[in-house]
Amino acid sequence: METETGHSPWSDAWHRLRRNRLAVAGGVLLIALALACAAGPLFSQSYEEQNLDLGATPPSAMHWLGTDTLGRDLFARTLYGGRISIVVGLVATFVALVIGVTYGAVAGFAGGKIDALMMRVVDILYALPFAIFVILLMVFLGRNIFLLFFAIGAVEWLTMARIVRGQVLSIKRMDFIEAARALGLGRRRIIFRHVIPNVLGPVIVYTTLTIPSVMLLEAFLSFLGLGVQAPMSSWGVLIKDGSEKMEEFWWLLVFPGALFSMTLFSLNFLGDGLRDALDVRAARD
Amino acid sequence: MLRFVIQRLLQTIPVVWVIITATFFMIRFVPGGPFTAEKAVTPEIMRNLEAHYGLNRPLYRQYLDYTWSLLRGDLGPSFKYPTRSVNEIIADKLPVSAELGILSLAVALGAGLPLGILAAVRRNTWIDYICSSVAMIGICVPTFVLGPLLILVFAIHFGSFNASGWYGPIDRVLPSLTLGSVYAAYVARLTRGGMLEVLSQDYIRTARAKGASEVRVVMRHALRGGLTPVVSFLGPAIAGIVTGSFVIETIYQIPGIGREFINSATNRDYTLVLGTVILYAAFIIAMNLVVDIALVWLNPRLKFE
Repeated sequence: METETGHSPWSDAWHRLRRNRLAVAGGVLLIALALACAAGPLFSQSYEEQNLDLGATPPSAMHWLGTDTLGRDLFARTLYGGRISIVVGLVATFVALVIGVTYGAVAGFAGGKIDALMMRVVDILYALPFAIFVILLMVFLGRNIFLLFFAIGAVEWLTMARIVRGQVLSIKRMDFIEAARALGLGRRRIIFRHVIPNVLGPVIVYTTLTIPSVMLLEAFLSFLGLGVQAPMSSWGVLIKDGSEKMEEFWWLLVFPGALFSMTLFSLNFLGDGLRDALDVRAARD
Repeated sequence: MLRFVIQRLLQTIPVVWVIITATFFMIRFVPGGPFTAEKAVTPEIMRNLEAHYGLNRPLYRQYLDYTWSLLRGDLGPSFKYPTRSVNEIIADKLPVSAELGILSLAVALGAGLPLGILAAVRRNTWIDYICSSVAMIGICVPTFVLGPLLILVFAIHFGSFNASGWYGPIDRVLPSLTLGSVYAAYVARLTRGGMLEVLSQDYIRTARAKGASEVRVVMRHALRGGLTPVVSFLGPAIAGIVTGSFVIETIYQIPGIGREFINSATNRDYTLVLGTVILYAAFIIAMNLVVDIALVWLNPRLKFE
């Protein structure tokens, strides 16, 4: 990010973002959660050590969030699960970002027949029920966490591609690009100095909004039993287990669910704040 | 407009064909088959079964046979429900999902539109913050958390509802609330955004200047334009909501078609996978067409092209 004296658009946006209390709160909470999930498992009790005599116990001084039916500490498991959920969220979003931006930019720059063809492909993929697509990928490629990133990224890039293409198309025709060309700027300089920075806003905003939907998808896959495999856990796995046992052991559902929802809250507020700060209208579609 | 509709329908033919073909071959390349169940079947029975369903013939023949029967409106026999055809299964289960979907849609619009309009009209006041936060809850508490929580509180703790099942009208309440809440949240957010954009435009100022009451300005002049993003969202959303939700139907034990989307894939019930995919794609395509027509109706400056 550039910080020049005077007011670059980025520093303006930064000031606007800092004034948005919800977005700041979301950002702070997010950092806190991420730190807790990253560092927490190092200090807390083991996430996989079983204590079958103990069984499921409600929250206590010893086990802050209680224990699950195998006597494992839920606090440790929730932090550890958060680690996996967050990593999946970030990496799969990155995969979606790379595919979507490249695809959208190529289609937008190329224009004409190539563009039309590329967008038809996106339309077709949109009309496929994504769940079947992911399941087929997971079944076909095996249940491996790295393939999970790939499978989720492979279905989440479509909207990003559309946004980037739309941006590139409209920016290509704008007066300031014409002006830059008239001033004798080269093609490369126009692309890097003028087109890319103007596409970046919606991309950043949509990225922060893709992370929560990726995390939801991971949780959904875990709900189907296609996600992370035991003894590893993620928030989705914990929520699935919790929802099966909630009649007797409510804490198994409530705490992982609350932490998961809190993370989604923070991400969405931060994303909304960024959208307002960067004043991106096109990111809605 | 008729020309527009016909043109669009013609355009969808290759799209649908690609979807069918891609799914047909994709599902076939996945390891395992419809008869590789837990119970091992002797090779002889396996051969007979495959012969019976034509699975022993070359793949391209099967593909041609399938597309040919599709042209006659026949989706083929199901492999997992041996005595039933895919047509029957869909005819049986789609109405259940559709009923749940329409009720959820009513929840979504009934809650989402007022919240969104209120938030936009009272922008940046505490009313806006409350409405927007409520909407955010719907987005951030996924159905597989909300559903079990509602069961825990209202069915198990208070005992006002059955925890699962699909018999009386009362069994419709919790599932449609759960499914509707997510969509209500999106509707509210999109309504707010759309209304904000419209409310700052000149023709709204004109309406106000002419002395129209605030209610009339909002409901009569702004709403029409402000609903554009909601309508674009609702098209695909309706297709998804009517063809059933796996999570909701699993949590509440509802015999809808949503569960078959996932189960057919895990069972390798080839024809049922294709049947559900075609069903979904047809809905999506149809709804997108309806949306495009509705958008022109909402904004007469647009033209059919």
